[in-house]
Amino acid sequence: MTAQKLLSTIAFYALVVVIVVFSVFPFYYAIVTSFATGTELFKVNYWPKAFSWANYETVLGGRNFVRSIWNSVFIATTTVVFALFLAVTASYALARVRFRGRGLLLMMILAVSMFPQIAVLAGLFELVRFLGIFNTPWAMILSYVIFTLPFTVWVLTTFMRDLPVEIEEAAIVDGATPWVIITKVFLPLLWPALVTTGLLAFIGAWNEFLFALTFTSSETTRTVPVAIGLLSGASQQEIPWGPIMAASVIVTVPLIILVLIFQRKIVAGLTAGGVKG
Amino acid sequence: MASNDGGLSLSQQRQRAAFWFLAPMLAALFFVAAWPLLRTIWFSLTNTLLSDLYGGEFIGFDNYLSIRVLESGRVIYRGTLVDPAWWNAVWNTVRFAVVSVFFETLLGLIVALVLNAEFKGRGLVRAAILIPWAIPTIVSAKMWAWMLNDQFGIINDIMLNLGLISQKIAWTASTDTAMYAVLMVDIWKTTPFMALLILAGLQMVPRDIFEAARLDGVNPVKVFFRITLPLIRPALAVAIIFRMLDALRIFDLVYVLTPNSAATKTMSVISRENMIDFDKFAYGAAQSTLLFAIIAVFVSLYIWLGKVDLSGEGQR
Repeated sequence: MTAQKLLSTIAFYALVVVIVVFSVFPFYYAIVTSFATGTELFKVNYWPKAFSWANYETVLGGRNFVRSIWNSVFIATTTVVFALFLAVTASYALARVRFRGRGLLLMMILAVSMFPQIAVLAGLFELVRFLGIFNTPWAMILSYVIFTLPFTVWVLTTFMRDLPVEIEEAAIVDGATPWVIITKVFLPLLWPALVTTGLLAFIGAWNEFLFALTFTSSETTRTVPVAIGLLSGASQQEIPWGPIMAASVIVTVPLIILVLIFQRKIVAGLTAGGVKG
Repeated sequence: MASNDGGLSLSQQRQRAAFWFLAPMLAALFFVAAWPLLRTIWFSLTNTLLSDLYGGEFIGFDNYLSIRVLESGRVIYRGTLVDPAWWNAVWNTVRFAVVSVFFETLLGLIVALVLNAEFKGRGLVRAAILIPWAIPTIVSAKMWAWMLNDQFGIINDIMLNLGLISQKIAWTASTDTAMYAVLMVDIWKTTPFMALLILAGLQMVPRDIFEAARLDGVNPVKVFFRITLPLIRPALAVAIIFRMLDALRIFDLVYVLTPNSAATKTMSVISRENMIDFDKFAYGAAQSTLLFAIIAVFVSLYIWLGKVDLSGEGQR
């Protein structure tokens, strides 16, 4: 019996180790590669052997990559601020006010978030051209509303629904208008949810590829994913793996740090958007 | 939820406020989602070119299917619905979606069960599985492209050392393995998300149910199939549909990992290619409209047949 128990414990921990190694290894290997140069790059090394910043210097030395990082930061931040601003009032209405067609409206918002983005690409392309914002950050900020806004509305609605009725009732008795209730009563309670949804929306906008690829045409307006996706060498055969890995590490490390700091909140936010929502 | 509104006037006041609170969001969604969708559908019924967006003429359903009978009596079919490249993309997408979601659910379930157990270092494991999720898809595609590189890739090296393969495989370039490569990366990247969703479902199951089963000496396998699985079925159903919708519209991973490979080209990839790269704007719009229709039909069927409650209203 105890031998069997020991065996199952060992099997369990073996499974745990496998899960961790599988999750972490590709990124670990990208880091190892990013520090290798020359012939060292073309040997399979399981452990870091070389240590050189050359790939990082190549990537950051080319002016366009740094530019791409700033483009991404600007686009993602603006998108998130815009989405949260619209979502707070909307989700108050959806969560706390009874009106006809509320369920239908929620389903419609959810449907938009599940849209295949390619289905709006042609129409958005026309819109972007019409507004004269092709090849500017605004093309991305506009188009990212399509996935950040429904998501933030959805998560904030589930969050607000769970807040107790009493806090609002007291305010209503005092004669507070809905606007005052939102800004004075709910907003202070909403901060944790706002941080979580904001962060998740930021990650979504930071990672987006299809719109960013279609609505930019010059290297200086590219966002980070497009810059990395299209990073190429002098010829098709010479893919600059070292710099690509260095670029990958540069844009991923901040994300991973953020995710690890906020991991509890992120898990809560993800599941509010998924299971409960 | 304001279930006991003070009076009719107050509730009316609240409803009016609700309308003004919702209006900006609805306007924004109309502007970026509904209107572009309608325009896409309209474009699919015209012969618009990328270079001249306003020069298109209405041509009915010719981008989908046109039938012309020649004088000799021969019938010529044209359009997306008789385009082998399109059907290849449909097949690729469906195959990718079904296989990837199947494995992601299976592995996600295993990871979720592990994380639901109490053991030392659980926080560490949860942190570790968040890493694939946090990495941008394009970055994962590049990382794996390098690991799957035919000459210098570590995957080939590991498999050669283990004796699983006898010679190096060009994973992403060869038509036989390109789909496996895409599946591999997608499963690696998305299993954590699936695991977290399932875990949330697991944690809503009261602990004492498992406790009671354990005290009664019920076999753990039986506990899983008879108790755990039925109880997390709603959470599982929602997680699967979210993933399925994501998988059906996949673009970035395929575009970057296996560029221009007919073996992996999905519906999204082929639509964009026609729209933007081949200057068949209206034809691509027709294909993207079809993808939208396929997804809409699929979601309706799934919700209807599975009686899945997505809105969360039913719980209250």
